[in-house]
This record gives sequence, structure tokens and C-alpha cells, in this order.
Amino acid sequence: MSLMNKKKDDSDSGIKSRNLRNRSNRSILHITYAVTVVFILLIAYFMYFVFVQSQSVIGNTYNPRLDLFSERIIRGAIRTSDGVKAAETVTDPDGTETRSYPYGDLFCHLTGYSTRGKTGMESLANFYLLSSHINLIEQARNDIFGVKSPGDDIVLTVSYELQKAAYDALGDRRGAVMAMDPKTGKILCMVSKPGFDPNTINEDWDSLTAEGNDAGQLLNRATQGAYPPGSIFKIFTVLQYMHEHPYDYESFSYTCNGSYEDTEGNVIRCFGNEAHGEQDLYEAFANSCNGAFAMIGRETDTDSMKKLCESLLFNSKLPIELPYTQSKYTLSDSDSNFVKELTGIGQGNTLVSPAHMLFVTSAIANDGVLMKPMLTESIESAGGETVKRFKPEEYGRLMDASDAAKLREMMRLVVTDGTGSAFRDAPYEAYIKTGSAEYENGEKTHAWCLSFVPASGENAPSDIAVAVIVEDGRSGGSTAAPVARQVTDAYFSFLKN
Amino acid sequence: MVNIYVEISKYLIIIVMALYTFCNFRYFSVTDKTAADGYCRVQRRAVIILQLIAYSVIYLKTEDPAIIIFFLAQAVFVTVYLKLSVVFYKNISKLLLNNICMFISLGLIMLTRLDLNDAMRQFVIIAISAVITWVIPLIVDKVWGIASWSFLYMGAGLLLLLAVLFTGDVTYGAKMELELGPIAFQPSEFVKITFVFFAASMLGRSVDFKNIVITSAIAALHVLILIACRDLGTALIFFIAYVVILYIATGKKIYVIMGGGMFSLAGVFAYRLFSHVRTRVAAWLDPWSDITDKGYQIAHSLFAIGTGGFVGMGLMQGMPQRIPIVEKDFIFSAISEEMGAAVALCIILLCLGCFLQMMTVATYMDMSFYKLVAVGLGFEYIVQVFLTIGGVTKFIPSTGITLPFMSYGGSSILSSFALFMVVEGLYLIKKNEDEAFMEEYDEEYESDE
Repeated sequence: MSLMNKKKDDSDSGIKSRNLRNRSNRSILHITYAVTVVFILLIAYFMYFVFVQSQSVIGNTYNPRLDLFSERIIRGAIRTSDGVKAAETVTDPDGTETRSYPYGDLFCHLTGYSTRGKTGMESLANFYLLSSHINLIEQARNDIFGVKSPGDDIVLTVSYELQKAAYDALGDRRGAVMAMDPKTGKILCMVSKPGFDPNTINEDWDSLTAEGNDAGQLLNRATQGAYPPGSIFKIFTVLQYMHEHPYDYESFSYTCNGSYEDTEGNVIRCFGNEAHGEQDLYEAFANSCNGAFAMIGRETDTDSMKKLCESLLFNSKLPIELPYTQSKYTLSDSDSNFVKELTGIGQGNTLVSPAHMLFVTSAIANDGVLMKPMLTESIESAGGETVKRFKPEEYGRLMDASDAAKLREMMRLVVTDGTGSAFRDAPYEAYIKTGSAEYENGEKTHAWCLSFVPASGENAPSDIAVAVIVEDGRSGGSTAAPVARQVTDAYFSFLKN
Repeated sequence: MVNIYVEISKYLIIIVMALYTFCNFRYFSVTDKTAADGYCRVQRRAVIILQLIAYSVIYLKTEDPAIIIFFLAQAVFVTVYLKLSVVFYKNISKLLLNNICMFISLGLIMLTRLDLNDAMRQFVIIAISAVITWVIPLIVDKVWGIASWSFLYMGAGLLLLLAVLFTGDVTYGAKMELELGPIAFQPSEFVKITFVFFAASMLGRSVDFKNIVITSAIAALHVLILIACRDLGTALIFFIAYVVILYIATGKKIYVIMGGGMFSLAGVFAYRLFSHVRTRVAAWLDPWSDITDKGYQIAHSLFAIGTGGFVGMGLMQGMPQRIPIVEKDFIFSAISEEMGAAVALCIILLCLGCFLQMMTVATYMDMSFYKLVAVGLGFEYIVQVFLTIGGVTKFIPSTGITLPFMSYGGSSILSSFALFMVVEGLYLIKKNEDEAFMEEYDEEYESDE
């Protein structure tokens, strides 16, 4: 009896242990699946990196392997969209290679330099310039005989013609001119003055970086400049006002007698102390009436205004690969009323770069959508074949189409009735906003002009948006707007030919 | 002409590696023993051919005759090691042995290309480790007592770890090495194995609550000492291995969930507490903005992998020496740069293959102790692989862990050999049992006739 019982126990525990074994084997199977899934993710990521992400990684100037390429490949040229070589490598009969920039400082911030570290496109497109896509047979022959193969050329979206026009229009003054096509995002020109000669960067280095040198030739003012916006900031203030008063902004009224005095006794004057008289919102914008906008600034809800500014690329990254300075907007509720008033008219603590302002202008021109700014049109092999063509891409919507339409209406009014007289007799329909931004305690002013012209008939066969800043240029309307006009004129005359 | 050969060799290496990897996974799906042996034979030849191609390229580029001798030594070693292993242990898993040989070959090729002296030193360590660890399967198979020596494993493990904590040398911000006369070694590499044996013997005996609490407390002590040494990567490996052992022993998912919760908490604390954790997380999120300092290692690793691309730069054609600590933590990046992401991909698959085989061995085991040992060691291995490869490819923040069999370093090599040979021992137990059963069956069958 006891023997039988024992036997039964044994078989019971046998079943139990087998169950236990099956259960733990199932658990092992589950965790094995989990590990396999994690490894599939790892492999997928690894392949994504190798085939997609690495393209932008290996071009980094810190990658020492690119020097290996230059032992086998002659650096390609940087060409403008109209076929001019902005940078090329010249090989002497004895084999010495020289990187040459035939136009001196004309393209300096765009191409950058390549003999003292690399900047600009020389840095961004480094990998392309050192890759060769000539046909394989020729490449193999070159490899065998130890002959260098010619690298690919990069073709910029910038044209020589417009770059030259902007360069000439700015003259000897310090400042920047940058233009783009709002419909495609192609950067059409980018000039910053004073510049430097990339051919002699090594010889000039000490003087360029000397302590007493305040000219900042190496600084690309178009993207790295940080200026007070002055009246061009009224674009943002007015947009906020219309958001806060969606139904009655048209009944806005302010009587301007040349200056605005708040309850604390602070005084804000209109440019040249001009009294604009009774102004509605449109007129105040067109005439750039500081009194009206100081009042709006004082009453604005600081939180939602900050949100609006940040959605319009303040305090954030810009979609451009060149080095840039982030625009800064810091107004908060704890600031004094006077700072709020100043911020409303674009003084205060706000700082912007011309590139940022150009992107916002382009979005206004393009129904609120910013196209991703493009500097490179395509990559071409030395044999003239297109290796890669870059396609326009949307960056994203910065504002509603209806907001963009309202701002366009206002910016048109600047030309017909306001400070934009420089464009009044133009044979095309221009939309602009000028600004005169005070700095050094109001003793000096930077001249600003943001403009765009949509495609309309044969006078303006394509769109163009331009941002101009002239340092210490006094008034935007009289100094910066004519520069923008000259660039726009040149663009259309060059398009028509 | 040399250039053309170098160029062609690049593709040959990829083809050989792909073939080897194919055999590895084909092996799993065939049941016929002779067919399986056929795949193993192809693999063995593939290892020798790979060595031949790689060293011929290195020789042509360096014209150092020592390379030829070194190649011959390795080819002889691999052949003798594989043949003798089968002589000693008829039923040993050839697939795992082949993988060991493939991994050490790849590591040695890359090391030779970086520094011949280091490679030769490494080769000597490999040979010694291979010979020493030959005895392990025998012990695992024959010595029944190993399942019950839990306090021995605990004592040895904790003693070694404490010795490091109090007398160890600091390398790269972590205390890892212990000096014994002229030899510096990393005890944590060996404690890895005693730790799994400890946990398996404790939980293999009983999974009542009291026993779980005691075991977990001692396991936690191991992990805490490692954290105190700032060897966080190894601490993580121990932790995950323990949670998995506990889960398999009890079958309760709650332990996995608790483990996950503790891991998250510990992660937050580690981030707050240790500056080097913050540095590594920052370098993982964005290595490019601080490329000259914090992001330096990972950026150069990515440059290497990215520039190499899918087919690689070719041996001696890249700049793997520009990656920091390339011979240890970043050996994978160097291989990927010169032999291509294709070869690197095969390595990932082979490592996963080894893990799958270890898990298969675990399911074969009847005795809880053996099962838990197989699972624990398998997880230690695969987590280490994941941390290394994930770290150097920027899939996860880097942890400063070595790649088993491929990274330079004696302790890592010896402990990897030991780990694989324990699994081989478990495999032998099963196969010998099967064989005995079959013989019995055959005898019965014969006597019936």
C-alpha cells in the first residue's frame, strides 16, 4: 500500500516537473523572441545609418578620412547657377594644386575658404567635392596608374548675376543682402560686407582676427548677424494684435502727434518726429507709426506673443546649414511697461538675423508656407552628368494662409501709401516693410528692408523675396529699400534676357 | 596591381563572410547530421580562407614577412583547435566552436592591421585561453557537485569585486583592473561566470520566497559593488542576467516588470549621480555640437562606419587608428570601416546566432540549475554584444564594454572562452544522454531480433 502510494507520488512529481519544464521553456522562447526583436531593430538602425544618415555625417570637416580622398581626387569646383566658377582647383604642370577663388570676396561667405580649416560650402559640400563620378573605366584606369580623378562639382542656387548686383548695390557699406525664391526655397544671393579674400586667407588671417579689428569680415552677417529689428518687427506685433482682436482689429484707431507718452512718463517718438494723425491699423503699419505700435505692445498678452514669435522661428533653430545666430525674443510679463512698448516697435531686447527675416517674408509671400532654404541645386560629375539633383521641399507652415494674406495687404500698403516709396514706380507689384532700428542708445540706426514680389506677367516672371540690412544706414525707406529695389530689378531684367 | 587586388579582396571577404553566416543559419534548419556536418566543414574552410585573403592584403601593403608567419600560426591554431576539440569531445557543438574561431580571426585581422605586436600578444592569450578552457566541458559534464557550491561562487565573486573596489586601478573613469605582479586583469570578467553559477544554484534549488529574497540581496550586492566601481556597463549586464534567471526560475512576469522599474529608477539616479553618465547621454543625443570633447569618440566611430559604407574602404585603406580606444571598445567600428557594414552585419547575425544556440541548449536541459546557467550566460553574452554594438553605432548611449572574442584584452578573451565552453559542457550533457538513450534503444532493438 505504502509502496503504491510512493509510486503515485513519483509519477505526480514527474508530471509536475515536466509541466514546469514546459512552462520555463515557453518563458525562454518568449525572452528569446524579445531579444531577436531588439536585434532586428539594431540591424534596421545600423542599415539606415549606413545607407541614409551617413551621407550627412561623413562630410563633417572633423572626419579625417576626407583627407584620404584628396590623395586620390582633385577637389571639384563650386559653380553658380549661371555657370560661373566661384571656386576651383587649378593644377600646375608640376602637379601642385591651388584652390582658387576667381572673384575674390564676391562669394567669400558662401563658398567659405578651404586652406585654413573649411567653412561655407567648402565645408558643407566637402564630401561631394571629394567624390568622383566619372565613368568607372576611367576611374579604374586612374586608380591603376595612380592618376587623380576629378571630383564632382556642386552647382549653387545662387547666380553670379544677382550676387554681383547685390554686392554692387550694397557698395562700401557694412551690411547684408540675401534673397530667395519663396516658391522653391532657393537662395538667390547672399552677400555680407565687409568680406575677405579666400585666396589669401592664410596671409590675412592675423589681421582679420586681430584684437583691434571690429569690422568682422569673417562674420556672415546674413545668417550670423544679430540686429535689433526695429520697425520690421511690426509684422509680428500686428499679427499678434489681429489674433487678439479677430473681429474688431479693423476698427483700431490711434491719433499720432509724433510721440507717444505712457502713464509712467516714458516717451516714444515716431521716426523724424513725424505726426501721422489719425491712423487705423493698416495706416499705422504702412507709416510705421511707433506710437500706435508702442500702445499695442504695452497691451499685448506676453505669453501668447512669445508663443507666436517662437512659432515664427524666434529662439529656435533655422532651416539652414550655414552657421547662424538664433534670433532672440525674451519679453515676459515681469518686464516693465516701457520694455513692452519698446518691444512692440522692435527695439527692446529682441535680436534677429537677416536670414530669419527673409524666411518669414518668404512664408508671407507663399501663403504662410516656408520652403526649405536651398543652397545647392545639384551635384555634377566632371563629365557633366548630374549625379544628384536637390528638390524643393516644404519646411512647414509658419502661419495661416489668411494671416499671410492680411500681412500681404499691409505690406502692399507700405509701397502705395507708406515708407516704401522706393518701390512705388516699379513696373511690378512689390510688397515691403522697412525698418530703422536704433542701436547704441538711439544715436545710430540700422536700415532694414524686407520685400517680395510675386510672379506677375512679363515684368516679374518669377517670385523673389529680399532682406537687406545696412548698418548705420539711417532710415530703412531711404537706404535699405533702394538696395532691395536694385536687386529685385536686376533679378527680373536678368530673368527676361 | 596591388590596388586592384586590395579592391577585389574587399568583395571576396564579404562573400566569404556571407557564406559563413548563411551556413550558420542553415545549420539550424537541417535535421540530418551529415548535412549539418557539411555546413560546419564549409564554415571551417571559410575561416581559413578569410584569414588567407586578409593577411595577403596586409602583407602586400606592409611587406612585413612576419605577417606570413603570423597567418600560418593562426591557420594552424584554428585547424588544430577545431580538430582536437572533436577528438576530446565527440559530441561538442561545432557551430559554437566555429563561431569562436571566426570571431577571434576577425579581431586578430583588425588588430594586426592596427598594431602587429598587440595582435601577437592577443594571439598568445587566445592560445593559452583555448587550452585552459578545454577542461571546462569535462568539469561541467562530469562534476555533479557544481550545482550545489552556491556559497563558493558567492564568496569568490564578492571577494574579487571587493578587491577591485579597494585596490583597483582606475581606467577611463571606472575601477576595473586588479594588478597581480606583472599581469593586470579585470576580475569582473570572471565574476560574470561565478555570478550566474551562484544565482542558478540558489534558484535551481528552490524558489520559495525566502530563498528568492536572500539570492536577490546577494545579487544586488554584486551589482552595487560594480556601481561603486563605476563599472556601470558590467553592472547592467549582471542586473539583466539576474532578472532573466529569476524570471525563468519562477515563471513570474512580475519580476521582469519589477526589474524594468528598478532599471528605470537606477537609470535616473545614475544620470543625476554620475557626471560621466550625463556626458555619455549628451554625446549620444548630439555628438556633433561638442565634437572635439564629449562627442569625440562616438563621432569618430560614426565617421569610420559611415565612410566605410556597405562594402568598406578595404583593409589598410581606412583610418581606424583615428578612432579612440579602437582596439577595445570600438573594434566593431574599425571592422565596419575597412571590411564594410556587410561584414559588420554578418557579425551581428552571428552573435545573435550564438545566443539562439545557447537558448536552445537551455531548453534541452532537464535540471533547473543547468537551464538557468545556460540562460544566464546567454543573456550576459548577448547583452554585452548589444551594449557594445549599440553604443558604437549610436543606437544607445555608449557604455564602454568590449566585444567578446574581438576586442583586445586578456581577461575579456579568457572569460569569453570560459563562457562558451560552459555552454559546450551543457550541450555535451544533453548529447551524451541522447546518445546513451539511443544506444540503449538500439540494444533493445537488437535483442528483440
